[in-house]
Amino acid sequence: MKRAGFTTRWLPILLLLPQLIIIAIFFYWPAAHAVQSSFYLQDPFGFGSTFVGVDNYKDLAGSGEYMKIARFTLVFTTLVTFFSLALALLLAVKADKVLRGARSYRTLLMWVYAVAPPVAGFIGLIMFDQSWGPLTELARSMGWDFKLGVNFNDTAVAMVIVSVWKQVPVNFIFFLSGLQSIPKAVREAALIDNRSATGRFWQVTFPLLAPTGFFLLIINITYALFDTFGIVDTLVKGEPGNNPMTLVYKVYVDGFRGNDLGGSSAQSVVLMVLVLALTIFQFRLVERRIHYT
Amino acid sequence: MAQVSLQNIRKIYPNGYEAVTSTSFDIADGEFVVLVGPSGCGKSTLLRMVAGLEDITEGSLSIGDRVVNDVDPADRDIAMVFQNYALYPHMTVRKNIGYGLKNRKTPAQEIERKVDEAAKMLNLEPYLDRKPSQLSGGQRQRVAMGRAVVRDPALFLFDEPLSNLDAKLRNQMRIEIKALQRRLGVTSIYVTHDQVEAMTMADRIIVLNEGRIEQIGTPAEIYHSPASTFVASFMGAPPMNLLEARLEGGQVFVNGGTPLANAQGRGAVTLGIRPEDVAFDPAGPLDFHIDIVEELGAHRLLHGQLAAQNFTMHVSKEVAAAPGAVRVGLKADALRLFDAETGKAL
Ligand SMILES: Nc1ncnc2c1ncn2[C@@H]1O[C@H](COP(=O)(O)OP(=O)(O)OP(=O)(O)O)[C@@H](O)[C@H]1O
Ligand SMILES: [Mg+2]
Repeated sequence: MKRAGFTTRWLPILLLLPQLIIIAIFFYWPAAHAVQSSFYLQDPFGFGSTFVGVDNYKDLAGSGEYMKIARFTLVFTTLVTFFSLALALLLAVKADKVLRGARSYRTLLMWVYAVAPPVAGFIGLIMFDQSWGPLTELARSMGWDFKLGVNFNDTAVAMVIVSVWKQVPVNFIFFLSGLQSIPKAVREAALIDNRSATGRFWQVTFPLLAPTGFFLLIINITYALFDTFGIVDTLVKGEPGNNPMTLVYKVYVDGFRGNDLGGSSAQSVVLMVLVLALTIFQFRLVERRIHYT
Repeated sequence: MAQVSLQNIRKIYPNGYEAVTSTSFDIADGEFVVLVGPSGCGKSTLLRMVAGLEDITEGSLSIGDRVVNDVDPADRDIAMVFQNYALYPHMTVRKNIGYGLKNRKTPAQEIERKVDEAAKMLNLEPYLDRKPSQLSGGQRQRVAMGRAVVRDPALFLFDEPLSNLDAKLRNQMRIEIKALQRRLGVTSIYVTHDQVEAMTMADRIIVLNEGRIEQIGTPAEIYHSPASTFVASFMGAPPMNLLEARLEGGQVFVNGGTPLANAQGRGAVTLGIRPEDVAFDPAGPLDFHIDIVEELGAHRLLHGQLAAQNFTMHVSKEVAAAPGAVRVGLKADALRLFDAETGKAL
């Protein structure tokens, strides 16, 4: 195969430069800065800082509140990831039955994806509004006095529901196209080999969706950890005090509300390590093991 | 093993297209029937209705003594080999072959024994622990065969199983499949648009055209006595020569001249003659102008014009031939006459 190449050495570098500069300025520089300031204790009023070594990390490890938030984040991430994936898969399987052949539906369903994300938090607020939110009323009709922003567990439930709801369309579209890319003949062969629809799903369809599923797993964990910031912020607005929050939101609260830049930076570094671990997990394990062709 | 019977089977797709018009035929126990026809004539549709992958719009289908119109594919006791093999990409060859047995509650030991037996029969033993992506096209084809034979079904269904293989492998697999079917004695329906496959493998051929059966017969019947000009020109490579001719006074004429044969009736007809039933004959009744000599080793094909119509003649390698005008004769008992309007054999 003939490979296209550059005749001069500097041209490719020049072409890459804008992208590299953007990455450096907006990603590496702040990251390096965060690592650096995690070793300092900042004066809350901005008058200089003192080197404190790993004290900020020790404080984190010793902080009961931080551990509690970490535990909540773990539960939250697990629930959001599980329900977003499971619900989307269920919907995709149902839609796939209708869609085989009729392509135009898919485009229509795709719109949900475009509409949902920006308004998710606000719609959540409206749905769970204390006096007239329909979901609050639904909960009340079942004897559950739902108090968003007041009761820790109620707020947590709302956070999970809104986060799941916002993420389902994305997962749905990926699952649906994953389902539709399974060769028709393979499903038909399974139809002849196995009379049970459930058996066919778990033994043939589901394993063939695994590449899509693992990709979405990583995407959803990342989403639940980081991108739910906006939802958490909208739902607990003003009163983080007794309300549940995730690790990312805690970084923001400590850094910008509490002006503890050093501690907040240490928390960011912990999260960076987490992302790094996830990425390595994805590349090493998933990419290698789940592809069939 | 079982006989299969289709009675007035029709298929109308949801979009209103009638892919198969009322079709009836029976297949005897152990028979190898080939469905052949041009692309889009409804072969796959017919086969898929037998498999249960497509609803039957009208008519009744029975396999063995059972009407199976409303029976699930898994319960019809059939096995199907698909054009692109349709192997399960995430399962090893062993699992692929054993999957159908496993779902039929076969004991694990029995599955293992049967899979090993099938693998041996198909020379797949070295590949049992590989995934389909690690196999060549021919090996995948064999796995697909293995998946079918291991179940020991009442009926094999093949939908152009060899069309993705290269010519050499295709010839080899053709013989293997045929031999396997003979050995196992399983009733089979085999779909192809390759008329060589049809001729060589079939006990009986069913020629389809636009959702209708044109002819059912043994390969020899189909080849020598085509029921219509469609069958005459579809089967055989090169196909049968078809010439415009006239019937007059009990005799057939092409382009006036000498009568070629005796036949009843009068008016325009189509005369059919296979290329190999034409011979050089200085005293023959017809002028053939050879334009191209096609050298095929064992024989030669001479293409040209006869009575201002395209014509092909087949001569053995011993017969010298060169472009130019020659006189030829037609083997009288090989002449076939068709209605000029309907194309049906007279
Ligand atoms: N799901 C469908 N809906 C509507 N029409 C269909 C459908 N499937 C097939 N057809 C039409 O039915 C006709 C027969 O199709 P079929 O697949 O049986 O052809 P075939 O003889 O197997 O052709 P090939 O040799 O190309 O495989 C075709 O004209 C095709 O366009
Ligand atoms: Mg077909």
